[in-house]
Amino acid sequence: MSTNLMPDDRRSLTIRLSVVQYLVAVLFAALAVAFWVFQIAQHQKFLETAENNRTRKLPLPAPRGVLLDREGKVLVANQSTLNIGLIREQTRSVPEVLRMLAAATGADETELRETVSRHRRDPIYRPIVLIENATWPQVAAMLARRLELPGVFYQEVPARKYPAADMAAHVFGYVSEVTDGQLQRADYQGIEPGSIVGQAGVELAYNSRLMGIDGNKTVVVNSVGREVKELDVNPPVMGRPLQLTIDGDVQKSIEDAFAASGFNGAAVVLDPRNGEVLGFTSRPSYDPNAFAAGIDRTAWAALNTDSLKPLQNRALQGRYSPGSTFKMAVGLAGLEEGVVTPGFQVHCAGGANFYGRRFACWKKGGHGTVNLKSAIEQSCDVYFYTVGNMLGVDRINKWATLFGLGVKSNIDLPNELQGLVPSTEWKAKYTKEKKWYPGETISVSIGQGQVAVTPVSMAVYAATLANGGTRITPHLVKAMDDGTGLKPVPAPKPQSVVDVTPEKLEAIRQGMWGVVNGAGTGGRARVVGHDVCGKTGTAQVISNQARIIAQARNKNVDYRDNGWFVFFAPRDNPQVAGVVFLEHGIHGPNAAQVAHHILETFFAKQDGKPLPPAPTHEQMRLDYKDSYARAGGGPVGGGQ
Amino acid sequence: MFERRLYFHVDWLLLGAVVLLSAIGVAMIYSVTTPPGARASGQVMTQMYALGLGLIALLVCLAIDYRMLAEHSLFIFGALLVLLIFVLVKGQTQMGGQRWIPIGPFHLQPSEFARMGVALMLAMYFGENRRGAKNTTDLILGGILTAIPLILIAKQPDLGTAVTLLPVFVGTAFLAGLRLRLLGVLALVGVLAAPVAWKFALKDYQRSRIQMFIDPEQDPRGAGYQTIQARVTVGSGGLTGKGFRQGTQGQYKFLPVAHNDFIFSVLAEEHGFIGVLTALGLYLFVILRSLEAARLAKDRLGAYLVGGIISGFAFQVIYNVTMSAGLAPVKGITLPLMSYGGSSLIAALASFGLILNVRMRRFTN
Repeated sequence: MSTNLMPDDRRSLTIRLSVVQYLVAVLFAALAVAFWVFQIAQHQKFLETAENNRTRKLPLPAPRGVLLDREGKVLVANQSTLNIGLIREQTRSVPEVLRMLAAATGADETELRETVSRHRRDPIYRPIVLIENATWPQVAAMLARRLELPGVFYQEVPARKYPAADMAAHVFGYVSEVTDGQLQRADYQGIEPGSIVGQAGVELAYNSRLMGIDGNKTVVVNSVGREVKELDVNPPVMGRPLQLTIDGDVQKSIEDAFAASGFNGAAVVLDPRNGEVLGFTSRPSYDPNAFAAGIDRTAWAALNTDSLKPLQNRALQGRYSPGSTFKMAVGLAGLEEGVVTPGFQVHCAGGANFYGRRFACWKKGGHGTVNLKSAIEQSCDVYFYTVGNMLGVDRINKWATLFGLGVKSNIDLPNELQGLVPSTEWKAKYTKEKKWYPGETISVSIGQGQVAVTPVSMAVYAATLANGGTRITPHLVKAMDDGTGLKPVPAPKPQSVVDVTPEKLEAIRQGMWGVVNGAGTGGRARVVGHDVCGKTGTAQVISNQARIIAQARNKNVDYRDNGWFVFFAPRDNPQVAGVVFLEHGIHGPNAAQVAHHILETFFAKQDGKPLPPAPTHEQMRLDYKDSYARAGGGPVGGGQ
Repeated sequence: MFERRLYFHVDWLLLGAVVLLSAIGVAMIYSVTTPPGARASGQVMTQMYALGLGLIALLVCLAIDYRMLAEHSLFIFGALLVLLIFVLVKGQTQMGGQRWIPIGPFHLQPSEFARMGVALMLAMYFGENRRGAKNTTDLILGGILTAIPLILIAKQPDLGTAVTLLPVFVGTAFLAGLRLRLLGVLALVGVLAAPVAWKFALKDYQRSRIQMFIDPEQDPRGAGYQTIQARVTVGSGGLTGKGFRQGTQGQYKFLPVAHNDFIFSVLAEEHGFIGVLTALGLYLFVILRSLEAARLAKDRLGAYLVGGIISGFAFQVIYNVTMSAGLAPVKGITLPLMSYGGSSLIAALASFGLILNVRMRRFTN
């Protein structure tokens, strides 16, 4: 049946088998060479790729240093939040992953794409945070689709927490991811893209101290990005805490009083002895938590386009006419320059003529005969027109500057603007008109005209009046930690010191005491037993005639006067000084009403008494009478 | 049937090498499919059962005289075709192909047995022919015998397995004395057919696989992924490897179907160049030893049977190992004896039963 091999066949078969043999042997040898090339010659390269495949370095962001108030109460802390991120290297199609992630989590796909495109130049192995402050349901939805979302991961990270929401937001500032522009700058060297940095306030000013050092961990992941095990952890180092000079209770009293008043504006409360800032606010405010959690575009746009400009720090960047609060500077200049004595008298008949033009006093009937003390107490315009006219603008400028007006306070917050107290030199240098007319001095004498000051400089002015001529530098940091616990930081040097003759200063102080405790305009700020001294100011934002025309044209713009109150207390041993500025607050006494709650709180705390409760709007008894809302009024009306 | 003296003619070395390779396969499957601390995976257990069943199949194929089997080759071949058609009609679909027939807890993949059936059929056809296989008619008839199961398997679709029938045919025909000129014609037809096949016969995914092989970096996350990861897997192994169960590419699944088509990559990663040389050496030994069995065969039938089987086997080994190093387009061609797959292992062991059978009976009549 079967065919045995014939010798012929066998020889042919043997040859052909040998051919196959050699063919196989050659191919096997070739394979061995190929494996030698990969496994021996190019081993290092492939080993690195394999390591890169399986390991992933994840950043461990460092919590920022906490901010404490002067008594150690926590003002700003951190909380744990969830981030959803993406490592593009692990993803086959980024747009596809973003589309599915958006669908799963309800995030805005366009925003996700923009986020990725912002980081398009980063190395593809660097994680990009796609959704900050993700909710647990979002993370769960992401995890459920994990297999379809390679390269997407979530992480627990510390985020800034501002427990008091918008309280003192302009002091604390806010944090957000470092911008491309910042990364280009020399002072941001060493900061990694994607880091969270301070963008305003103390967060910005003390960023390097607060930031801490980010750590990282190396983890082993499988092909779908699931973490298999940790290889190496390099823990983050928390930022150093900072103790602020802010007194949480004083700060809250400011916010409460403003909230009850319903007005916007600013307030700065200082310790006149060393410049420590006890309270500082600018309103309207914003909630810095929104930034910490990754502010969305609509919220950011709303903050930026709001006509009330909540992001502006009015205390540092708003420049307003000081009105009658400027009168102490004029009075002091008159005394110190020897132009007048405290007993110098002027008769006020409701107005006076200077350089052929009539300047009205706010009190149409006139104050009769007034001296320095009663002129301050009753805020007589004619008296200060007269003294200002005798001094000339340059001597007013000299003393206003020595008391902190028209110059920067050099507070340790970024982006402070300088105010203006005019001088002949200033006019020659910066205006087209060049020449100073003596008539202009008359308006300056009651804090109108070109005079424009920031609320923080007004607080310095109040403190300098309180301490007798030392222009303290307002500052926010009381103690720092350099790794060995909180150590007090010495107060920065005063900006200038001038020896004011005590009797002359006393005359001014007597007037300011009278404003609050006598027949003056600031009676609402009185705190029994604490000798509050102060001065109200009501400053126009526009001349009366212009206002009537403008109001007729556009009813939506607010042209109501601004209200001021500068203060210090107690008279003979001042421990607190400051300013309340009510934007369109109509009358200075309304500002005094706000200051009352602040001072009452300050002294209650000092005396160990229970703190007064937050006032209601009714308790504020605000004066809404607005005389210039209707037609009429003189050319210049310095307020009460 | 099994005479006592035959026992002394069993090629124990070849059998030992085959069993050793199968055992290495089980070990590698264990390494790559079993997470640390877990019990042996289902795949390991399946492979162990298959190893047992395969050894039984080997014994059966050894015990029955191959000449008797050859006498029934037409029946066997017919049964194979019936199974292949049955799979196409009622088979189970998995991983994109309709390849399996469920039998109780097992899944039979008839295509894995096709090489054996075709080898037996061709050996019978060429071996019983006085002329051998010298002219075109023989070539065409042999070609048709191969083409029928090949097309049935390609229809599943399982192009990888189907293609492995070609070396069986070419190997048998070559040993049967096919004229070199005809072989040249065959090669020429192949070259000419390639562009036509590219355009009409190949599916998009198959074309992209070949393109990606030529330039894997074109799409490193997509179609080129397996090729790149295969090279990384092999290359990162180095001289001595990362150690048993220490491979990262296979363990963390950067290399897809590591326990199946890429089992050799896993071996290369965990046991390095030394492991590769050992395994290649064993395979080479098995092939050369089998070719030796063909030379020693008593009759043409035996020689062609061994030649056909070992040609298919050698092709599979060489192609799969080349692919494991990312040097050939990814095709579903498993590594015989080592890759995961019950039918594949059983069929491979059974076919070595036939080779041993031929050698053992070289002195019998």
